[in-house]
Amino acid sequence: MLETIFIITAAIILISALLTITAHNVVHALLYLVVTMLAISLIFFILGASFAAALQIIVYAGAIMVLFIFVTMMLHQGEKSLAQERHLFHFTTSITALTLSSLLFFELIYMLFFTSADTANSMVTAQSSAIITVKDIGKQLYGPYSLLVVISALMLLSALITAIHISKSPATIQIKAKGDNL
Amino acid sequence: MIPISWVFFLSLSLFTIGVFGVLARRNLLFILISLELMLNAVVIVFIAASRYHSASTANSDGQIMYLLVLTLAASEIAVGLSLVIHMYRQHHHLDIDKLNKLRD
Repeated sequence: MLETIFIITAAIILISALLTITAHNVVHALLYLVVTMLAISLIFFILGASFAAALQIIVYAGAIMVLFIFVTMMLHQGEKSLAQERHLFHFTTSITALTLSSLLFFELIYMLFFTSADTANSMVTAQSSAIITVKDIGKQLYGPYSLLVVISALMLLSALITAIHISKSPATIQIKAKGDNL
Repeated sequence: MIPISWVFFLSLSLFTIGVFGVLARRNLLFILISLELMLNAVVIVFIAASRYHSASTANSDGQIMYLLVLTLAASEIAVGLSLVIHMYRQHHHLDIDKLNKLRD
Protein backbone atom coordinates (compact mmCIF):
# COMPACT_ATOMS: atom_id res chain seq x y z
CA MET A 1 0.00 0.00 0.00
CA LEU A 2 2.72 2.43 1.05
CA GLU A 3 4.76 1.48 -2.01
CA THR A 4 1.89 2.35 -4.34
CA ILE A 5 1.42 5.74 -2.72
CA PHE A 6 5.15 6.37 -2.93
CA ILE A 7 5.30 5.50 -6.64
CA ILE A 8 2.30 7.68 -7.50
CA THR A 9 3.72 10.60 -5.53
CA ALA A 10 7.15 10.21 -7.13
CA ALA A 11 5.53 10.20 -10.58
CA ILE A 12 3.64 13.39 -9.71
CA ILE A 13 6.87 15.02 -8.52
CA LEU A 14 8.83 14.13 -11.65
CA ILE A 15 6.08 15.08 -14.11
CA SER A 16 5.34 18.41 -12.48
CA ALA A 17 9.06 19.19 -12.17
CA LEU A 18 9.48 18.54 -15.90
CA LEU A 19 6.47 20.74 -16.65
CA THR A 20 7.93 23.42 -14.37
CA ILE A 21 11.18 23.78 -16.23
CA THR A 22 9.66 23.50 -19.70
CA ALA A 23 6.80 25.99 -19.23
CA HIS A 24 6.97 29.28 -21.07
CA ASN A 25 4.67 31.19 -18.76
CA VAL A 26 6.23 31.95 -15.37
CA VAL A 27 2.90 31.73 -13.56
CA HIS A 28 2.24 28.23 -14.95
CA ALA A 29 5.75 27.19 -13.91
CA LEU A 30 5.12 28.47 -10.38
CA LEU A 31 1.82 26.59 -10.11
CA TYR A 32 3.52 23.36 -11.22
CA LEU A 33 6.25 24.10 -8.67
CA VAL A 34 3.62 24.34 -5.93
CA VAL A 35 2.34 20.89 -6.97
CA THR A 36 5.92 19.58 -6.77
CA MET A 37 6.39 21.03 -3.27
CA LEU A 38 3.13 19.53 -1.99
CA ALA A 39 4.03 16.11 -3.40
CA ILE A 40 7.50 16.32 -1.80
CA SER A 41 5.83 17.04 1.54
CA LEU A 42 3.77 13.86 1.02
CA ILE A 43 7.05 11.98 0.49
CA PHE A 44 8.27 13.40 3.81
CA PHE A 45 5.09 12.14 5.49
CA ILE A 46 5.68 8.67 4.02
CA LEU A 47 9.26 8.74 5.32
CA GLY A 48 7.96 9.63 8.80
CA ALA A 49 9.30 13.18 8.99
CA SER A 50 6.05 14.94 9.77
CA PHE A 51 7.64 18.17 11.05
CA ALA A 52 9.61 18.57 7.83
CA ALA A 53 6.45 17.89 5.82
CA ALA A 54 4.55 20.62 7.65
CA LEU A 55 7.42 23.05 7.18
CA GLN A 56 7.59 22.16 3.49
CA ILE A 57 3.96 23.18 3.05
CA ILE A 58 4.17 26.30 5.23
CA VAL A 59 7.50 27.72 4.10
CA TYR A 60 7.99 26.46 0.55
CA ALA A 61 4.44 26.29 -0.78
CA GLY A 62 3.45 29.28 1.32
CA ALA A 63 6.17 31.84 1.82
CA ILE A 64 8.72 31.26 -0.95
CA MET A 65 6.04 30.79 -3.62
CA VAL A 66 4.34 34.03 -2.54
CA LEU A 67 7.70 35.79 -2.90
CA PHE A 68 8.06 34.41 -6.44
CA ILE A 69 4.51 35.34 -7.37
CA PHE A 70 4.95 38.92 -6.10
CA VAL A 71 8.06 39.38 -8.23
CA THR A 72 6.32 37.82 -11.24
CA MET A 73 3.38 40.16 -10.68
CA MET A 74 5.73 43.13 -10.84
CA LEU A 75 7.67 41.99 -13.91
CA HIS A 76 5.22 40.04 -16.06
CA GLN A 77 4.01 41.83 -19.18
CA GLY A 78 1.55 39.31 -20.55
CA GLU A 79 1.94 38.38 -24.20
CA LYS A 80 5.15 40.36 -24.68
CA SER A 81 7.17 38.47 -22.10
CA LEU A 82 5.60 35.20 -23.31
CA ALA A 83 6.90 35.85 -26.81
CA GLN A 84 10.31 36.80 -25.37
CA GLU A 85 10.40 33.55 -23.42
CA ARG A 86 9.44 31.47 -26.47
CA HIS A 87 12.35 33.07 -28.25
CA LEU A 88 14.72 32.36 -25.33
CA PHE A 89 13.82 28.73 -24.71
CA HIS A 90 12.84 26.12 -27.26
CA PHE A 91 13.90 22.59 -28.04
CA THR A 92 16.73 23.28 -30.48
CA THR A 93 18.58 25.59 -28.10
CA SER A 94 18.50 23.06 -25.27
CA ILE A 95 19.94 19.98 -26.97
CA THR A 96 23.39 20.45 -25.41
CA ALA A 97 21.92 20.90 -21.95
CA LEU A 98 19.72 17.85 -22.48
CA THR A 99 22.73 15.74 -23.49
CA LEU A 100 24.82 16.86 -20.53
CA SER A 101 22.11 16.36 -17.95
CA SER A 102 21.05 12.97 -19.32
CA LEU A 103 24.71 11.92 -19.14
CA LEU A 104 24.70 12.94 -15.48
CA PHE A 105 21.45 11.05 -14.99
CA PHE A 106 22.82 7.81 -16.44
CA GLU A 107 26.01 8.14 -14.38
CA LEU A 108 23.96 8.49 -11.21
CA ILE A 109 21.77 5.55 -12.21
CA TYR A 110 24.89 3.47 -12.78
CA MET A 111 26.27 4.49 -9.38
CA LEU A 112 23.03 3.67 -7.65
CA PHE A 113 22.03 0.37 -9.20
CA PHE A 114 25.10 -1.26 -10.73
CA THR A 115 28.00 -0.71 -8.34
CA SER A 116 26.99 -1.70 -4.82
CA ALA A 117 24.62 -4.51 -4.01
CA ASP A 118 23.66 -3.60 -0.46
CA THR A 119 21.70 -0.40 -1.11
CA ALA A 120 19.10 -2.16 -3.21
CA ASN A 121 17.97 -4.39 -0.36
CA SER A 122 17.90 -1.86 2.46
CA MET A 123 14.45 -0.68 3.43
CA VAL A 124 13.26 2.59 4.86
CA THR A 125 9.78 3.09 6.20
CA ALA A 126 7.74 5.19 8.56
CA GLN A 127 6.96 2.44 11.04
CA SER A 128 10.55 1.29 11.56
CA SER A 129 11.34 3.26 14.69
CA ALA A 130 10.09 5.66 17.32
CA ILE A 131 8.13 8.69 16.17
CA ILE A 132 10.18 11.90 16.05
CA THR A 133 8.25 14.69 17.74
CA VAL A 134 8.86 18.40 17.42
CA LYS A 135 10.10 18.36 21.04
CA ASP A 136 12.95 16.02 20.08
CA ILE A 137 13.95 18.29 17.22
CA GLY A 138 13.86 21.35 19.49
CA LYS A 139 16.03 19.64 22.10
CA GLN A 140 18.53 18.68 19.40
CA LEU A 141 18.49 22.19 17.93
CA TYR A 142 19.24 23.96 21.19
CA GLY A 143 21.59 21.26 22.45
CA PRO A 144 24.28 19.86 20.15
CA TYR A 145 23.20 21.82 17.07
CA SER A 146 23.07 25.32 18.62
CA LEU A 147 25.83 26.54 16.30
CA LEU A 148 23.52 25.74 13.38
CA VAL A 149 20.85 28.08 14.78
CA VAL A 150 23.37 30.90 15.07
CA ILE A 151 24.60 30.29 11.52
CA SER A 152 21.02 30.32 10.19
CA ALA A 153 20.33 33.57 12.02
CA LEU A 154 23.44 35.21 10.59
CA MET A 155 22.54 33.95 7.11
CA LEU A 156 19.01 35.35 7.31
CA LEU A 157 20.28 38.70 8.59
CA SER A 158 22.86 39.04 5.82
CA ALA A 159 20.28 38.04 3.21
CA LEU A 160 17.90 40.69 4.59
CA ILE A 161 20.51 43.43 4.41
CA THR A 162 21.62 42.34 0.93
CA ALA A 163 18.06 42.24 -0.42
CA ILE A 164 17.27 45.70 0.96
CA HIS A 165 20.49 47.14 -0.43
CA ILE A 166 20.23 45.61 -3.92
CA SER A 167 16.56 46.31 -4.51
CA LYS A 168 16.85 49.94 -3.47
CA SER A 169 16.04 51.98 -6.57
CA PRO A 170 18.92 54.01 -8.08
CA ALA A 171 16.91 57.25 -7.87
CA THR A 172 16.63 57.03 -4.08
CA ILE A 173 20.35 56.42 -3.75
CA GLN A 174 21.14 59.50 -5.88
CA ILE A 175 18.78 61.69 -3.85
CA LYS A 176 20.38 60.35 -0.68
CA ALA A 177 23.86 61.17 -2.01
CA LYS A 178 22.81 64.72 -2.93
CA GLY A 179 21.37 65.19 0.55
CA ASP A 180 24.62 64.01 2.06
CA ASN A 181 26.59 66.52 -0.04
CA LEU A 182 24.38 69.36 1.08
CA MET B 1 8.48 -0.94 3.32
CA ILE B 2 10.12 1.25 0.72
CA PRO B 3 13.59 0.37 -0.58
CA ILE B 4 15.92 3.29 0.00
CA SER B 5 17.13 3.03 -3.60
CA TRP B 6 13.67 4.19 -4.75
CA VAL B 7 14.08 7.36 -2.72
CA PHE B 8 17.57 7.83 -4.15
CA PHE B 9 16.21 7.32 -7.66
CA LEU B 10 13.51 9.95 -7.09
CA SER B 11 16.04 12.38 -5.68
CA LEU B 12 18.60 12.00 -8.45
CA SER B 13 15.94 12.32 -11.14
CA LEU B 14 14.71 15.54 -9.53
CA PHE B 15 18.28 16.80 -9.25
CA THR B 16 18.95 16.06 -12.93
CA ILE B 17 15.78 17.89 -13.93
CA GLY B 18 17.03 20.86 -11.92
CA VAL B 19 20.45 20.69 -13.61
CA PHE B 20 18.76 20.64 -17.02
CA GLY B 21 16.72 23.69 -16.04
CA VAL B 22 19.79 25.63 -14.93
CA LEU B 23 21.67 24.73 -18.12
CA ALA B 24 18.88 25.19 -20.64
CA ARG B 25 16.89 28.19 -19.45
CA ARG B 26 18.13 31.72 -20.05
CA ASN B 27 15.53 33.52 -17.97
CA LEU B 28 16.85 34.37 -14.49
CA LEU B 29 13.53 33.55 -12.79
CA PHE B 30 13.49 30.03 -14.25
CA ILE B 31 17.08 29.48 -13.13
CA LEU B 32 16.07 30.35 -9.57
CA ILE B 33 13.12 27.92 -9.82
CA SER B 34 15.46 25.15 -11.00
CA LEU B 35 17.78 25.87 -8.06
CA GLU B 36 14.80 25.35 -5.76
CA LEU B 37 14.16 21.96 -7.36
CA MET B 38 17.79 20.92 -6.83
CA LEU B 39 17.73 21.96 -3.17
CA ASN B 40 14.57 19.90 -2.68
CA ALA B 41 16.21 16.86 -4.24
CA VAL B 42 19.08 17.14 -1.75
CA VAL B 43 16.67 17.50 1.16
CA ILE B 44 14.84 14.28 0.23
CA VAL B 45 18.14 12.38 0.52
CA PHE B 46 18.86 13.96 3.93
CA ILE B 47 15.52 12.89 5.37
CA ALA B 48 15.56 9.40 3.84
CA ALA B 49 19.10 8.79 5.10
CA SER B 50 18.29 9.88 8.64
CA ARG B 51 15.25 7.62 8.54
CA TYR B 52 17.37 4.72 7.33
CA HIS B 53 19.89 5.20 10.15
CA SER B 54 17.25 5.25 12.89
CA ALA B 55 16.42 1.58 13.24
CA SER B 56 16.48 1.45 17.04
CA THR B 57 16.53 5.06 18.27
CA ALA B 58 14.83 8.16 16.97
CA ASN B 59 17.16 10.14 14.70
CA SER B 60 16.18 13.70 13.88
CA ASP B 61 19.43 14.82 12.22
CA GLY B 62 17.86 14.80 8.77
CA GLN B 63 15.10 17.18 9.79
CA ILE B 64 17.63 19.52 11.40
CA MET B 65 19.62 19.62 8.17
CA TYR B 66 16.31 20.22 6.41
CA LEU B 67 15.81 23.30 8.59
CA LEU B 68 19.26 24.57 7.57
CA VAL B 69 18.56 23.99 3.88
CA LEU B 70 15.18 25.72 4.24
CA THR B 71 16.85 28.80 5.73
CA LEU B 72 19.46 28.70 2.97
CA ALA B 73 16.78 28.48 0.28
CA ALA B 74 14.82 31.38 1.77
CA SER B 75 17.85 33.67 1.93
CA GLU B 76 19.01 32.61 -1.53
CA ILE B 77 15.61 33.37 -3.00
CA ALA B 78 15.44 36.75 -1.26
CA VAL B 79 18.82 37.82 -2.66
CA GLY B 80 18.14 36.26 -6.07
CA LEU B 81 14.77 37.92 -6.50
CA SER B 82 16.16 41.30 -5.51
CA LEU B 83 18.83 40.76 -8.18
CA VAL B 84 16.02 39.92 -10.64
CA ILE B 85 14.25 43.19 -9.83
CA HIS B 86 17.49 45.14 -10.18
CA MET B 87 18.29 43.50 -13.51
CA TYR B 88 14.80 44.21 -14.81
CA ARG B 89 15.15 47.87 -13.85
CA GLN B 90 18.45 48.20 -15.71
CA HIS B 91 17.86 46.07 -18.82
CA HIS B 92 14.04 45.64 -19.07
CA HIS B 93 14.39 41.89 -19.71
CA LEU B 94 15.72 38.85 -17.84
CA ASP B 95 17.99 37.26 -20.46
CA ILE B 96 21.23 36.32 -18.70
CA ASP B 97 23.12 36.09 -22.00
CA LYS B 98 22.83 39.86 -22.32
CA LEU B 99 24.77 40.35 -19.08
CA ASN B 100 28.15 40.69 -20.79
CA LYS B 101 28.80 44.38 -20.23
CA LEU B 102 32.04 43.64 -18.36
CA ARG B 103 33.44 41.79 -21.39
CA ASP B 104 32.93 44.58 -23.90
